[in-house]
Amino acid sequence: MDFNFSEEQSMLRDTVASFLQDKYDFDKRQKLIKSESGWSPAIWEAFANELGILGAPFSEELGGLGGGAIENMIVMEEFGKALVVEPYLGTVVIGGGFLKHSGYAGAAELIGGIIEGKVTIAFGYAEPQARYNWADVKTTAKKEGDAFVLNGHKAVVIGAPWASHLIVTARTSGGQRDEDGISVFIVEKGAKGIVTRDYPTVDGQRASEVYLENVTVPASALIGEEGKGLPLVNKVLDEAAAAACAEAVGAMRKMHEQTLDYARQRKQFGTAIANFQVLQHRMVDMFMNVEQSVSMTYMATLKLDESDAERAKAVSAAKVQIGKACKFVGQNAIQIHGGMGMTEELAVGHYFKRATMIEGLYGSVDHHLRRYETLSFGKAA
Amino acid sequence: MNLDFSPEDIAFRDEVRAFIAENYPAQLRDKGSDREDLSKDDFLSWHKVLAKKGWVAPSWPKEWGGCGWTSTQKYLFGEEMARADAIPILPFGVAMVAPVIYTFGTQEQKDRYLPKIYNGEEWWCQGYSEPGAGSDLASLKTKAERITGDDGKEYYIVNGQKTWTTLAQHADWGFFLVRTNPEAKIQEGISFLLIDMKTPGITVRPIITIDGGHEVNEVWLENVKVPVENRVFEENKGWTCAKFLLAHERSGIAGVARSKRGVERVREMASVEFGDDGDNLLKDADFKRKVAELEIDLTALEYTELRVLASESAGKGPGPESSLLKIKGTEIQQRLTELALEAAGHYASPYFRGFPGDGDNAHPIGPDSAHRTAPNYFNTRKTSIYGGSNEIQRNIIAKMVLGL
Ligand SMILES: Cc1cc2nc3c(=O)[nH]c(=O)nc-3n(C[C@H](O)[C@H](O)[C@H](O)COP(=O)(O)OP(=O)(O)OC[C@H]3O[C@@H](n4cnc5c(N)ncnc54)[C@H](O)[C@@H]3O)c2cc1C
Repeated sequence: MDFNFSEEQSMLRDTVASFLQDKYDFDKRQKLIKSESGWSPAIWEAFANELGILGAPFSEELGGLGGGAIENMIVMEEFGKALVVEPYLGTVVIGGGFLKHSGYAGAAELIGGIIEGKVTIAFGYAEPQARYNWADVKTTAKKEGDAFVLNGHKAVVIGAPWASHLIVTARTSGGQRDEDGISVFIVEKGAKGIVTRDYPTVDGQRASEVYLENVTVPASALIGEEGKGLPLVNKVLDEAAAAACAEAVGAMRKMHEQTLDYARQRKQFGTAIANFQVLQHRMVDMFMNVEQSVSMTYMATLKLDESDAERAKAVSAAKVQIGKACKFVGQNAIQIHGGMGMTEELAVGHYFKRATMIEGLYGSVDHHLRRYETLSFGKAA
Repeated sequence: MNLDFSPEDIAFRDEVRAFIAENYPAQLRDKGSDREDLSKDDFLSWHKVLAKKGWVAPSWPKEWGGCGWTSTQKYLFGEEMARADAIPILPFGVAMVAPVIYTFGTQEQKDRYLPKIYNGEEWWCQGYSEPGAGSDLASLKTKAERITGDDGKEYYIVNGQKTWTTLAQHADWGFFLVRTNPEAKIQEGISFLLIDMKTPGITVRPIITIDGGHEVNEVWLENVKVPVENRVFEENKGWTCAKFLLAHERSGIAGVARSKRGVERVREMASVEFGDDGDNLLKDADFKRKVAELEIDLTALEYTELRVLASESAGKGPGPESSLLKIKGTEIQQRLTELALEAAGHYASPYFRGFPGDGDNAHPIGPDSAHRTAPNYFNTRKTSIYGGSNEIQRNIIAKMVLGL
């Protein structure tokens, strides 16, 4: 057993942290998210060329740094601390995940594009009626000769306004909620028939409703085996959920830190409010929540390559812990800041908003509790 | 003991229900369920309808327009207002400063202010909190020095900064706590002033909250000249008024009737949102259990409030029990917004306010019921902070009720 980071991993963390400290402080971030495009292509380019982190989880043959899930965890935790909106999760973790795990013919080229910062990916899996059931897919892909024709509506596709490519799930056979019959496709976002409605999200990202209207893609756009996409989707979204847990850990650490600082400085009744025992205990509970979240994030990240069932159980357990912790740490961070916590001006509220969205990202606490229960006790009769 | 409403009570309830149905301004119909930002005119239009009917300030003494209703009638009135998603009457004038004025004010003050509060002609804001005086309100520093003006009249010259002043951007008048004697013990040198917000030297600056809204403000006072006759009650005895007002502020804050309507709205929402199995969320066992738990907690609060009301109508003023109502009421309001956020699923995330491209014709994304859930959730975190934070309320119960 070893919970230490290698020298390369520690370096990766330091590099990312010091870059963000320099180039991505809170004020810069706020300007960025309010700008027309809502992100910084220049920062993305620096991630690719100056830091090389867009290759963190890819093998050296592909031009990456030879890391994996642990590297994603490190990057995402630092991103959580700086509230980075640039689409590492969608592009590197999810897009990269599909390309790595599927045996996709064009994978090497696209991964090369990701590493260089030229390919950005957003994943459309949810549909308006589907909630957190990834098998609930109404979008259709009909085979016509050597091509597929896609039709459907993908809901709240995070990062789509910035993406060069979309990965979407579509049904090649079966009924609306059948586990079989789901296929995964990669399409250029500019492809004919893709219509998007772009909008900001409450946590400072950008997303789109994606409408596929007779989008014709070649057979080579199919990722993985036709009709057998769901296990792949589950694996990739588990990896994404683990990475999102790491991001939440980063955000929670900052909220806890800022709350301690604030409580030490803020004086009421002639003393720092940090001296009130009720607040001390609350801050201790926040601390315990953060530490337990760190542990669960490590656990889930280290189990991503186990069997499907082991992996799913580990990730759901982590997501439950993190979801509850985001709520507890976030709500108390605001509460202990008093009126100041309610202001747009202070960073703490923005961490709270991001943490709140991570609570529901890739499945809510209830969803993951149920998945854990099923994996652990079997399906209810 | 019994829980029955008398035939008179039921007739009263029907009368209120019918009046609201017939007279609630049409343009507000979809706004009261806090899905939209409310304008000054929105607030006032309904206020004026109720004032005309004589129902805007049921609790006031009869001579000033109070209704002389029993506590059951007040309760039923609140229920009907909430049931119709009617915009609540803003508390700063009617429920906060007015009781101070009719309890502690001079006849001139009552004549001058009460009718205009009643009619909605003058909008009030509350200038209590300061950057350094939040929970520890008595440590406020805004100072008022007494001078004799060139006209031979007496004035206070007020200097300082207030903060978190709700809706001050619309206010005509504010009631302020100021320090008139810096030497006295901190609670003893405070006075309660009514200040015309148009007086030179007052600057109101917006504070934007995490939901993106503009509800609170900083108020700067620089050499603001306030006639001495605008002081309510004795000089240096303003703390008496302040405490009296806070107890009133807290008793309205439980919001039971509105939360009951809120539970219904969550149920309505869950009946159109999908659960993971494609059926509606209201059939989802986990979600259902959470709604049921909330309903039960709300029932416990409701019956506690009814007990407090009953003892108030037996002649006791709002006491430290109002702290219980404040804590539980606000916790329930917060949980309601958590459930709505959960119900919205992915569609909690789209946001429309103050962003580029956010034009008039940007219609919301996702189902209507989802589109304000996240801002509402973030905004409602305020309820455990304002009106005396819930930690302070627990301190009050520990000290005043339990004698610890
Ligand atoms: C949206 C909003 C609207 C408001 N509207 C108005 C208004 O119209 N007019 C007005 O005058 N004010 C208004 N307020 C101010 C409000 O009353 C104060 O925010 C509140 O009194 C808390 O003060 P504070 O924000 O300075 O927090 P602080 O007093 O700094 O408290 C910070 C934290 O410390 C805790 N704490 C403080 N003392 C103790 C203690 N002794 N024991 C345990 N815990 C303690 C608090 O509970 C809180 O969690 C508003 C506030 C908000 C957020």
